[in-house]
Amino acid sequence: MGQLPNLNEFMRISRRILAGLATASLAVSVTSCGGGSDTSGSFDDTVTVGILHSLSGTMAISESTLVDTEKMAIAEINAAGGVTVGGKSYKIDYIVEDGASDWPTFAEKSKKLIDQDGVPVVFGGWTSASRKAMLPVYESKDAFLYYPIQYEAQECSNNIFYTGASPNQQSEPATDFMYKRSPAAGKPFFLVGSDYVFPRTSNTITKEQLKSLGGKVVGEDYLPLGNTEVAPIISKIKKALAPSGGGVIINTLNGDQNVAFFKQIQDAGITPSNGYYVMNYSIAEEEISTIGPEFLEGHYGAWNYMMSIDTPESKKFAADFKALYGSDRVVADPQESAYNMVYLWKQAVEDAGTFENSAVREALVGQTFDAPQGPVEVMPNHHLAQTVRIGLIKPEGGFEILEETDGVVYPQAWNQFEPSSKGYACDWTDPSKGERYKL
Amino acid sequence: MLLDSLFNGVAIGSVLLVAALGLAIVFGLMGVINLAHGELMMLGAYTTYVTQLIFKLPLLKPYYNAYVIVSIFFAFIVSGVVGILLEKTVIRKLYGSPLETLLATWGVSLILQQFVRSVPLAYGTGLVISLIIGLFLPSVFSSKIKESIKFKYVKFSSWIFAALAGVLSGNLISSSVSKLSRASARNVDVTAPAWMRGQVEILGTTFPKTRLMIIIITLISVIAITLFLNQSAWGMRIRAVTQNREMSDCLGISTEKVDVLTFGIGSGLAGVAGVAVSLLGSVGPNVGGNYIVGCFMVVVLGGVGNLLGTIFASFGIGIMTDLIGAGRLLSIWPDMPLPLSNTINFFATTSMARVMIFALIVIFLQFKPTGLFPQKGRMVES
Repeated sequence: MGQLPNLNEFMRISRRILAGLATASLAVSVTSCGGGSDTSGSFDDTVTVGILHSLSGTMAISESTLVDTEKMAIAEINAAGGVTVGGKSYKIDYIVEDGASDWPTFAEKSKKLIDQDGVPVVFGGWTSASRKAMLPVYESKDAFLYYPIQYEAQECSNNIFYTGASPNQQSEPATDFMYKRSPAAGKPFFLVGSDYVFPRTSNTITKEQLKSLGGKVVGEDYLPLGNTEVAPIISKIKKALAPSGGGVIINTLNGDQNVAFFKQIQDAGITPSNGYYVMNYSIAEEEISTIGPEFLEGHYGAWNYMMSIDTPESKKFAADFKALYGSDRVVADPQESAYNMVYLWKQAVEDAGTFENSAVREALVGQTFDAPQGPVEVMPNHHLAQTVRIGLIKPEGGFEILEETDGVVYPQAWNQFEPSSKGYACDWTDPSKGERYKL
Repeated sequence: MLLDSLFNGVAIGSVLLVAALGLAIVFGLMGVINLAHGELMMLGAYTTYVTQLIFKLPLLKPYYNAYVIVSIFFAFIVSGVVGILLEKTVIRKLYGSPLETLLATWGVSLILQQFVRSVPLAYGTGLVISLIIGLFLPSVFSSKIKESIKFKYVKFSSWIFAALAGVLSGNLISSSVSKLSRASARNVDVTAPAWMRGQVEILGTTFPKTRLMIIIITLISVIAITLFLNQSAWGMRIRAVTQNREMSDCLGISTEKVDVLTFGIGSGLAGVAGVAVSLLGSVGPNVGGNYIVGCFMVVVLGGVGNLLGTIFASFGIGIMTDLIGAGRLLSIWPDMPLPLSNTINFFATTSMARVMIFALIVIFLQFKPTGLFPQKGRMVES
């Protein structure tokens, strides 16, 4: 972070050069894609956007649901007349690229989408590792990535727009709830996660937060990705939490490691009925149905969107998705984020009156949208202000919403519990502030 | 406390052992580096899933509780048959060229992974059924028919029959179990029947039932394979071919048959391991890849070609994993000097325990490159 001013300077210069290039390449893409693919005939032109998620490999299961949702949002926008820019109506077309669960591939495909296809925007990514791999590409080309997943923050790029929750919109309220108002209130915490950047950063924040709350972390362990042998972790949990008659387990395990974890902790007697409560940051409706609600019943989750939200917007979102992809499908928080970002991009482009990046970026901040979760707003730090909900996993699957914040929670790109980022914030609307400034 | 630790070690070790047992036979006795071993496990795990769904049909519902036991046999047969096919089509041509075998079996592992992703499980099951019929139907006929010139037509027609049976059974399964009728890359889940969930209390310590079940499966597999190798005629032939292929061939042992049998049994055991693994976590195309490195580690540490070594190595690794990973040394000796306890705490996470164990194995192999129990006696290769 030390060379930050230099970076800003560099970016300001390169932005000017690249903005010109971007408009040039955009013009090419717009003209080359127009005509042929436009079947309805009611559009003046076509704009092609990029969708970049893993369609193969470990992450395919999760990320393919985002592709489905983004396609749905695009189809909805097209059905409602497309994007209107400068008096012309554009049909949105898309190019789907496969990141193949391989982080360098994400960077490579990003370059392809930006340089070769000349797309004005890319919707993509899931894992923090893939975002970290893509970030330099977007910054060097001054392109724009929309990233829909709840993540560990401690990052604020001018070229990424984050629609998932930052820690203060998920893990902080969740920790607060578990420590103060859950059945295990006041009991010690044990942190379990997969061994990569998100769980480790998220747990660092949780530890700092608990320190200031007066809570106690009695243990912490990380399972290497792909490993499903949780027996040593279980004995550690028991050893650490049994003396206080149970406690809170904060779970940031990824994907199918959750299945192994919950199957085995249940067999080992680490259940809500014995006083052990697990708060999950990566388990949404989709995961509940794959892991099996019988293993998760009585544990908790924290999200911005939950399928059980009882509003017309939420119900319509779920019903539309089911109508398109099958009645057995579910919608969850990451999908809602992906859905929102397509609409927010559309609004920003229409307000800016151009697809050109720096204008869209300016128009983006302050955009509001009546999302399925309720109203959301784009903040100057390129994150979304959104509502936070705590849910109890029901025996039949899905969440029972226990708590909901009054209105939106404002996102913090730089965490205020973590000592290294305490007192810092991010604001891209003010050139003197930028990525990281002291409050 | 000590009992708890020992049990944990044995539980981790038995998963390693059951997974490595098949590899110990294929790699240890035949010298074939089979990178598709993990995928044969995966087939076993998927067999458990398919069996579970079939036992949910109204006809078989009363016997649902027994499905895990049944699936052990099914998994053995399914993986065994796929293994036999693999031996007959790919590996047979590559004996004596380990590098090519390694590449070919890795290719096979990718094919198998993609197969379960893109083919509906119902038709996959149908394909396996037709393979079983096609491979074994010709051997039902009497030797008189087999020796006649027309036997190739019998063989041919039995493959046609097998294909028909496969298509029919695939359709039948796909129409009766809707979950199996669509291809899906997402992981599936095997739920243990109620009697296998929860825990039992022995000597004041509680043990998870699924772990006990895995230990029992491992024990039975080890005993069965030891008896087979040491007591049966075919077992004797396998050992003879392992020790001296040319001489066995001269003495009238069909080495070709022995190879098929050995590879089939090794693969079948991988299938059994798949059942065990499916009880612990979810079942997906990548499930085998998570275990393959551990399997090779166990076999190499134990000493290639020696079942006893495999057993000791897997329990050794299991107990070490628990000792280091759960930081148990600290609770055994609570007031050890600070630098030492800090070191132990540093390694007391699952990731670091793995690093530590690999390091220990590497150091161990520096001193005993042939493993715990090296093959003694005069081997042709050595």
